[in-house]
Amino acid sequence: MDAQEIIARRVAKELKPGNLVNLGIGIPTLVANYVSPELKVFFQSENGLIGTGPIPEQGMEHPLLTDAGGRPISALPGASTFDSAMSFGLIRGGHVDVTVLGGLQVDARGHLANWMIPGKMVPGMGGAMDLVSGAKRVIVAMQHAAKGKSKIVKQCNLPLTSDRPVSLVVTDLAVIGFPGGRATLLETAPGVSVGEVMAVTEAELVLGDTVPEMKI
Amino acid sequence: MRAVSVEEAVAMIPAGASIMVGGFMGVGTPERLLDELVRQRKSNLTVVSNDAATPGKGVGKLFDATLVSRLTATHIGLNPKAQQQMLAEQVAVDLIPQGTFAERIRAGGCGLGGVLTPTGVGTLVAEGKRQIEVDGKAYLLETALRAQFALVHAFLADYLGNLAYALTSRNFNPVMAMAADTVIVTAEHIVPVGVIAPDHVMTPAPLVDYLITNPNG
Repeated sequence: MDAQEIIARRVAKELKPGNLVNLGIGIPTLVANYVSPELKVFFQSENGLIGTGPIPEQGMEHPLLTDAGGRPISALPGASTFDSAMSFGLIRGGHVDVTVLGGLQVDARGHLANWMIPGKMVPGMGGAMDLVSGAKRVIVAMQHAAKGKSKIVKQCNLPLTSDRPVSLVVTDLAVIGFPGGRATLLETAPGVSVGEVMAVTEAELVLGDTVPEMKI
Repeated sequence: MRAVSVEEAVAMIPAGASIMVGGFMGVGTPERLLDELVRQRKSNLTVVSNDAATPGKGVGKLFDATLVSRLTATHIGLNPKAQQQMLAEQVAVDLIPQGTFAERIRAGGCGLGGVLTPTGVGTLVAEGKRQIEVDGKAYLLETALRAQFALVHAFLADYLGNLAYALTSRNFNPVMAMAADTVIVTAEHIVPVGVIAPDHVMTPAPLVDYLITNPNG
């Protein structure tokens, strides 16, 4: 199983029946592949849709039915559409149960940076700041390290997405939570030891009494 | 509401005007109005639009033709030309969170001076803004946003100007149709009055000033 699949499968376990869920671009998008339809999770696309379905088959695309990246998607029976003020009312107003976003850095207190690398990448924050400020639970789905550098850092040196800490970080090596405002190692990926996670993590991690292996 | 040709409508927009353009990555964007802005070379535009779409599509066409001098948007990462023009300081870009963008426009159309939002507190977005505490929670004061013209794309329009939108092409169109001095609309289909049921009208007719009647508008 590759790193992205481990992350996506583990995040999928966090979704509860009937949840309204917003998935970001990249690894978060993959989460939907591992959510059983019986769970009746509603996926929101912030450009104005609840009830997104799979990517349509070739020839079945509708030019006025797209995801937040402008790519064709489908709408499941029972879907609903709305304008952007409503869409972000849902997000900021705490009506979205779970948002899953990618990350560049998460620090020891759970602060996320994911929208800008000054001087290098200035695309704009899109909906990320509203999602992190307003969703009930914020889950970051990202690789543990990039180019050998830990993305779980002592303190973010990239601009923050929100001053509100995230709820959970799921990486290819570990699940990290922030009880009491401190990064805490909750689970390790299959075949990865606690020591290995600690060795590649810049932030100090609090250890629970037991650190089970992810069930995926 | 007056029915006009796309040429007449764009002739009313002076160079240097401020325009809001509906659409999300070019979906729900009045393409024919943008094509005509390019043809009539309306330069030095102040554009308010969710994103810069992609080259050749939606608002991206205005960047292809270097007609934009200021842009207020939430994300321009998928248009390299808009990025280059921002980095070369040919276009002054104000990037704001998408929910804040929607609410500032909504406020502009609803007679509000602005809104209080928790989004951006403690980040770069808060710089230079008033922070106000309500019941112990911090909010940013985000001021209303309006423009001289709103360019809106609907799915259905009737000859009174009632509008209905389809699927994800609704996005910012209804809020923008409230927030400009002059509202110009293209529609996929123009239908007789009464075809859009009262409950299905999303933008009521009195908000629309001009409806483009050229075919395929």
